[in-house]
Parts: sequence; structure tokens; C-alpha cells
Amino acid sequence: MSWESFWYMGGYAAYVWPAYGVTALVLAANLVWPVWQRKQLFRQLAIKQKRAQSK
Amino acid sequence: MPLIRAFLAIIRRDLLLAFRRRAEMANPLFFFVLVVTLFPLAIGAQPNLLQAMAPGVIWVSALLATLLSLDSLFRSDFEDGSLEQMLLSPHALSVLVLGKIVAHWLVSGLPLLLVAPLLALFLGLPEQAMGTLWLTLILATPLLSLIGAIGVALTVGLRRGGMLLSLLVLPLYVPVLIFASGAVDRAAGGLPVGAQLNILLAMLLAALALAPLPTSIALKMSVN
Amino acid sequence: MSWIPAPVSRFFHRTSSPPHFYALADRFIPWLTAIFLLLLGAGLYGGLYLAPTDYQQGDSYRIIYIHVPAAWMSLFVYVMMAIMGGIALVWRMKLAEVMLISSAPIGAGFTFVALVTGSLWGKPMWGTWWVWDARLTSELILLFLYLGVISLYGAIEDKRSAARAVSILALVGVVNIPIIHYSVEWWNTLHQPATVSKLDKPSIHITMLVPLLLMAIAFKFYYLIAVLQAAKLELLKRETSSQWVKNMLEKQA
Repeated sequence: MSWESFWYMGGYAAYVWPAYGVTALVLAANLVWPVWQRKQLFRQLAIKQKRAQSK
Repeated sequence: MPLIRAFLAIIRRDLLLAFRRRAEMANPLFFFVLVVTLFPLAIGAQPNLLQAMAPGVIWVSALLATLLSLDSLFRSDFEDGSLEQMLLSPHALSVLVLGKIVAHWLVSGLPLLLVAPLLALFLGLPEQAMGTLWLTLILATPLLSLIGAIGVALTVGLRRGGMLLSLLVLPLYVPVLIFASGAVDRAAGGLPVGAQLNILLAMLLAALALAPLPTSIALKMSVN
Repeated sequence: MSWIPAPVSRFFHRTSSPPHFYALADRFIPWLTAIFLLLLGAGLYGGLYLAPTDYQQGDSYRIIYIHVPAAWMSLFVYVMMAIMGGIALVWRMKLAEVMLISSAPIGAGFTFVALVTGSLWGKPMWGTWWVWDARLTSELILLFLYLGVISLYGAIEDKRSAARAVSILALVGVVNIPIIHYSVEWWNTLHQPATVSKLDKPSIHITMLVPLLLMAIAFKFYYLIAVLQAAKLELLKRETSSQWVKNMLEKQA
């Protein structure tokens, strides 16, 4: 099977690939979001701590 | 027995309070009739169409009317502090909660039975389905009050819980809606409805046994 | 709790202390990620490349490798939430509350994925994007249940009360899910006798089944990773002023 026919998906590419794409997006968002939020939180806490120390 | 006396006292008190605010009591009823009236206006007055939709329209409207009345179940008691008194009472909270639910149903669920024939007439529901409509209303409206009570208990502490309440409660109403309107639909077609009524009865008994406990736990959470 | 042996309860108490759990999660996540990627790679390779084309549905059936595992997970996560809710209510265990609320968006994500992929699969099969098929309809109601949990948690300000409220709701929901499922199924046979669900299990060939199972296990590992990440964040948010968080900040700086 060539790459071309793989992407073609027997004519169902317009359904198969969006399905996989949406799944990847949703699952990735649920992984990345908490990690990103945690980094934000750490940054905020670090700023707060620095302020508390400088006082 | 003191527990039964407390249970009855709660019902009597709530009925008395409701009776003093008669205008408020009639609101869900008006709402019920009004929503049903909207459907012919929106869809057009074709008798066939209306007749086919009648069970669904009546039941969706009953659901919304009950939802609208749910907020009064614990709201005023929460605001004037009598809910806190109830939590402190020595009696089992679930039983007292059940008393409140029964009173709520007597005030807001039972009157729906009175206007149901009128609505059936409006929508051209066949006469043979009338008995089933009544039966489903008798079996299913207390079920709506019981399930709804859990949602109210969860949201009573929130200042604007109304929208959230419907979001929480409506998905749980789906089986009631399906079986109740399904039964009326079948009755209109002259089919037997024993199975649907039995399922509604089973759900009602299960909810009577199961719903007061989470309601009382949720009330304790909300009052704290 | 006397009926739980002392070592077991000691183990639970230690694991459930936030700093210990946090460190444990950090240690497990790389391993879980490795296993997940391996399973995912094998599942996708088997499902998209090795598995033969279906003689009825052509290649469109390949959506099954995400649709069915996502639908399974959407139920599994809700049941997990209810179990966590039960533990949180009975033993007031903070960690169970955190795991419960961290699971909700992940479960909602799986439900959403099951709906969208079901619709994308249905379009070539049924000719429309949406059919009131029993399974899609129950999945939609399940999504509403998840959204209810998420918005109830968001609406209550005190997060400990919010967690209690959500625990009750999750338990009530889990009792209702089978009732909703069967009522929707009955409703479906009543109103649409003609439509036979084309998403029904075909007698599936082994080369198609193995990737499906691989993907299902991969999704389980994904859930573990995602829930641990979300739980770490939730723990930090709840305990910003505690000593262990401060220590960790100093170590990072």
C-alpha cells in the first residue's frame, strides 16, 4: 500500500482523518491544559514569594 | 410515633404556607397551560400533527412546569433559617425531607392533573388516552419532585442556581419523560400500556426509597 | 474503619497525603507515558495499516478504533468518578475529591470525542450527520451529566463543599445511567423500527479486534496520565499556602 492510498482511505478520508484529528486535539488539550496551568501557577507563586521576601 | 408526627407536621406546615400564598401556587399551573398553548401557535393548527405530538407536548410542558416550581421546595426555608432548624431536629432528616417533597408534590404536581383534560382537549388527544395520561401524571409527577429535590438541595446555597438546577435535573428526567409520554402515545394508538406504567411505578418506588438520602446529605452540605 | 487491616490503611493514608501523592505521580508519569505511546503506536499501526478493509463499510469503519474506545472510556470515567465520590463522602478523603473533579473534564472529553466520531462515521453510513440512534443519544445525555458535574463544581465557591456536592451528583448520576440507557434503547425501538444501527458490532475479524483492544488499553493509560496531571494542578491550587508547596517552589527557583 502506498502512502497516497493510505491517506486516501478508500475514499473516506474526509471522515476518517477529521475523526482522528478531533480526537487528537481533545485528548492533547486535556493533557496540556493542566501542565500549562501549573506552570502559570508556579510563576504566580514565585512572584508572590519574592514580594514577600523583599518586604 | 414521634417520627410520623414530625413527618405529618412538616406536610401540614408546608401546605399551610403554600395556601397562604395561593397566587404563587397557581403560577406553575398557568405556565403549564401557557407552554402547551404555544405549540399550536408555533407549529400551526393542523389537527393531525397536534394529535400526534400531544403526548410529548403535554409531558415536556409538565416537566418544565415542575422544574419551575422546584425552586420553592427549599428556597424560603433556606433563607429564613428554618432549614437549619430542621437539620438540628432529632428526627431522621430523610423522613423530614420526604415530608417536604410530599407537600411540594401536593401543591405543584397534583394540580397538573386538574388541567390535563383541558390540554388534552386543546391538542385533540383521543379520549381513550385520557385515563393513561392521568395515570402517568399520578405516577410520574411525584417522581419528578423526588429527583428534582436532589438537584434543589445541591443548588439551594447558590445565589443564582436556577439555570444550573435545570442543567443538573433535566438529564435525570429523561427516563421519566420517555416512559410517561411513550405510555400516553401507545394508549392513543389503542395499544396496551401495562409495561410502561409498571416501569414508572417501579421507578417511583425506587426513588421514594433512594432519593431522600442524597437530598438530605446535599442539604447538610448546602447549609454549612 | 476497623475492618480494614492496619498496613493497608497506613498505606492509603501515606499515599493520600498530598506531597507524597504528588511525588508519586511525578515518578509514575514518564513510565505511563512510555506505555501509552507504545500501545497507541501499535494500535494505530494495526488499525490504520494492517487491518483489512471492511467489505461493507470500506475504510470508514476505521473510525471504530477511536469511537468505541472513547465511548467505553466515557462510561468508565463516570463510574470511576462515582467510586471516588463514594470514598470522598464516606471517608472524607481529600485525594478522592481531587481525583473526582480532575476526572470530569477528561470524561467529558471522551464523551465529546465519541459523539463527534460517531457523527463522522454516521455521515457516510446513514447519509446524515446526526441520527437519533440509541447509542448516540445516550452518549449525548452522558455529556450533559458531565457538564452538570463540571458546572456545579465551578458554581460553589468553597471547594470542599463543592467536592461534596459533586460527589453526591456523581453517585446519583451513576445510579441513573443504566436507567437512562435502557429507556433510550426502548424509546429507539419504539420510534425508529426501520433504522438498524449500523454502528452495531459486526462479527469482527481478529486482525480488526486486536488493534481495537490495544487502543482501548492505550486510552486507559491516557486517562491515568491525564488524571494525574490534572490532580497535581488541583492539589497545588488547594494547598498553595502549605509548606510542601513552598519547599517545592524553592527547589524550582
